[in-house]
Amino acid sequence: MSLWFTEKQTENVGFSIKVSRQLFSKKSDFQKIEIFDSEEFGRFLALDGIMMLTEKDEHIYHEMIAHPAMAVHPRVKDVLVIGAGDGGVLRELARYKSIRHIDVVEIDEDVVEAAKEFLPQTACGFKDPRVDLHFEDGVRFVRRKSDCYDLIIVDSTDPFGPGEGLFTKEFYGGCNKALRKDGILVNQHESPFYKDDAAAMARTHKHIFKRFPIAKVYQAHIPTYPSGHWLFGFASKKYHPLKNLNSDKWNSLKIKTRYYNTNLHSGAFALPTYVEEMLKDVE
Amino acid sequence: MAAKTDFSRAPLYEAMLKFRDMRVVPFDVPGHKRGRGNPKLADFLGDKCLSIDVNSMKPLDNLCHPTSVIAEAQNLAAKAFGAEHAFFMVNGTTGAVQSMVLYALKRGEKIILPRNVHRSAINALVLCGAVPVYVNPAVDSRLGIALGMSVEGLKKAIRENPDAKAVLVNNPTYYGICSDLKKIVKIAHSKNMLVLVDEAHGAHFSFGKNMPVSAMKAGADLASASMHKSGGSLTQSSILLASKKVNEGYLRQIVNLTQTTSASYLLLSSLDLSRRELSMHGEEIFEKVCELAEYARGEIKDIGDIYAFSSEIIDGVNVCDFDITKLSILTLDAGIAGIEVYDILRDEYDIQIEFGDMGNVLAYVSVGDRKRDIERLVSALAEIRRTRRKSKRGMFEREFISPQVALSPQEAFYSQKEQVPLAKSAGRIACEFVMCYPPGIPVLAAGEVITPEIIEYIKYAKSKGCSLTGTQDLGVSKLTVLKD
Repeated sequence: MSLWFTEKQTENVGFSIKVSRQLFSKKSDFQKIEIFDSEEFGRFLALDGIMMLTEKDEHIYHEMIAHPAMAVHPRVKDVLVIGAGDGGVLRELARYKSIRHIDVVEIDEDVVEAAKEFLPQTACGFKDPRVDLHFEDGVRFVRRKSDCYDLIIVDSTDPFGPGEGLFTKEFYGGCNKALRKDGILVNQHESPFYKDDAAAMARTHKHIFKRFPIAKVYQAHIPTYPSGHWLFGFASKKYHPLKNLNSDKWNSLKIKTRYYNTNLHSGAFALPTYVEEMLKDVE
Repeated sequence: MAAKTDFSRAPLYEAMLKFRDMRVVPFDVPGHKRGRGNPKLADFLGDKCLSIDVNSMKPLDNLCHPTSVIAEAQNLAAKAFGAEHAFFMVNGTTGAVQSMVLYALKRGEKIILPRNVHRSAINALVLCGAVPVYVNPAVDSRLGIALGMSVEGLKKAIRENPDAKAVLVNNPTYYGICSDLKKIVKIAHSKNMLVLVDEAHGAHFSFGKNMPVSAMKAGADLASASMHKSGGSLTQSSILLASKKVNEGYLRQIVNLTQTTSASYLLLSSLDLSRRELSMHGEEIFEKVCELAEYARGEIKDIGDIYAFSSEIIDGVNVCDFDITKLSILTLDAGIAGIEVYDILRDEYDIQIEFGDMGNVLAYVSVGDRKRDIERLVSALAEIRRTRRKSKRGMFEREFISPQVALSPQEAFYSQKEQVPLAKSAGRIACEFVMCYPPGIPVLAAGEVITPEIIEYIKYAKSKGCSLTGTQDLGVSKLTVLKD
């Protein structure tokens, strides 16, 4: 007998990984949390049947959501991370000595508990003393903050569950208010490929574009996410992701990465024509 | 001694389950035949839904003349609401309100009612020819909204019209404001007047804990409870409640004057199941709703300039109790009209709320809501306030304009009439209604004198994007008035 985990990436498309065993399963107040071991992708986490991370390719996502903004903004001191229950983003941020403080807002405490027990590869990020963990709705958290962060990273699930509020105009407006006048917002921006993801991605861009003078999108290749083609948003009140990229400074930090580098940084903002058109349509 | 009522039963629902399993071959209406004749519709609404869209028949009883499962379901509903009789309505609470008025009054008889009633009550007067005696509600100067029916106002109306046959109260109002129902009932009954309660926004009063008193409990003779609002049934379904004093058979005849003979079993079964749910779990359900609404009010308070009012507005005269499940929010202090906020929330934030008026919006909170949706609503309000706050100057503040009644609604409606441009209608007598919808409370009713103030109000409401209804002219640029 063989056991396969299949994520329905669309109504008509499934993505399957052969599972060697299930380690954890719990229905939290917000979602179903499952952790499996697999031969090909190592350990992986699924929320409501959607793959969130695998040990094999999580570094791509986490490096790409953390480093580009850090290579642009000259002095990031205070960071707000929304979501990130697995700790992966924190692991990447923890490599910057210049950061003073990181607020993490995760709605589901059970995800963090499960990650700490079963996903040490990413949960190591929680150990950093600069991290302050808040278990609440990110929509509410940003509503109460003004002018106090240099960088906000939105590491959300898809917009069809508990993460729905993190794709709304009211939330991005709140982020704008919570950022300092030269702050940067980076968000998980869904995929342009399958219909539902693409609609969410266009809507997201529309909302962010209205709230920030600079609103760009960049891409990465993440094999376990639907279509593998994934996008991130880079929105800012002041810094341009390419014009203000300080490659020399970032390279001097000697942060060892496996996916991100400053050449790739520039390339990542070059998008396929159909994606450019989708973005332009909502601007 | 009667056996204890078993509220876990749902007689109509159970009969429909049984009926579905019988796999009866339909040679009766509806012609879609369990959806097979209209595949696109069946695909859209679902096979399950179409398979129970059936006509009345012996095993499923008949709403016009109920003797078996519908009668049993109605009896359970009556008991659940503390009434003697309950009538399932498939023409909305509008149908229930109409029936109350048609039951209580004949042509030329008087009914005492506040002017801020729903259009259905005044429309019923057009049908039966009764004459309204309005008790003008007090207006809260800060909120700009009409309040409840004061006992003093009622006493005065009764003194001036001792021949009135009935008193109609809308309790609670759309905004959650309650009148002193018990006292109103006592006064009206002492003068042999019937008490009709439009309880469209208070179906939950009979089920939640620490709720304002329900119409039946206060001793009203008839009440219309919108099960489809807070009760959870399908849109257009409602329940008409009657006390011991009411002649059940006559009331049924009245209901049947205007109600369909092909009542939808989707609507009827939704009433039966919602009643079951409310009688089994009502306390928990409304505890959760109150909690959500109170949480939202607390969060809204922190935004600043926006005020979600609650029981602090109780003054014992014009506001005798408050329904805290109603999330009514004053936006005027941020310099934004309620109707504007209503549109902005939908157009820009994908949030649909119940209605907006000159100064307020109302978000309908129910058991179907989730905390995270409340967070979105609050954040959207915070953003609207942050990005659009203006000076309050030039804002229209008063929601309620006291009417001058010249003719009964029926007389005006059926008179010789003509259409005149809105701007030239001052001084004329209206032969039709104008209301913002929702909430559907007439700005102008048939038989009332059109004043410059009303014209200004209509123009302002139009300019703020309010959807105005009731007139022959869909653009509301002309009004139908009494021919000179």
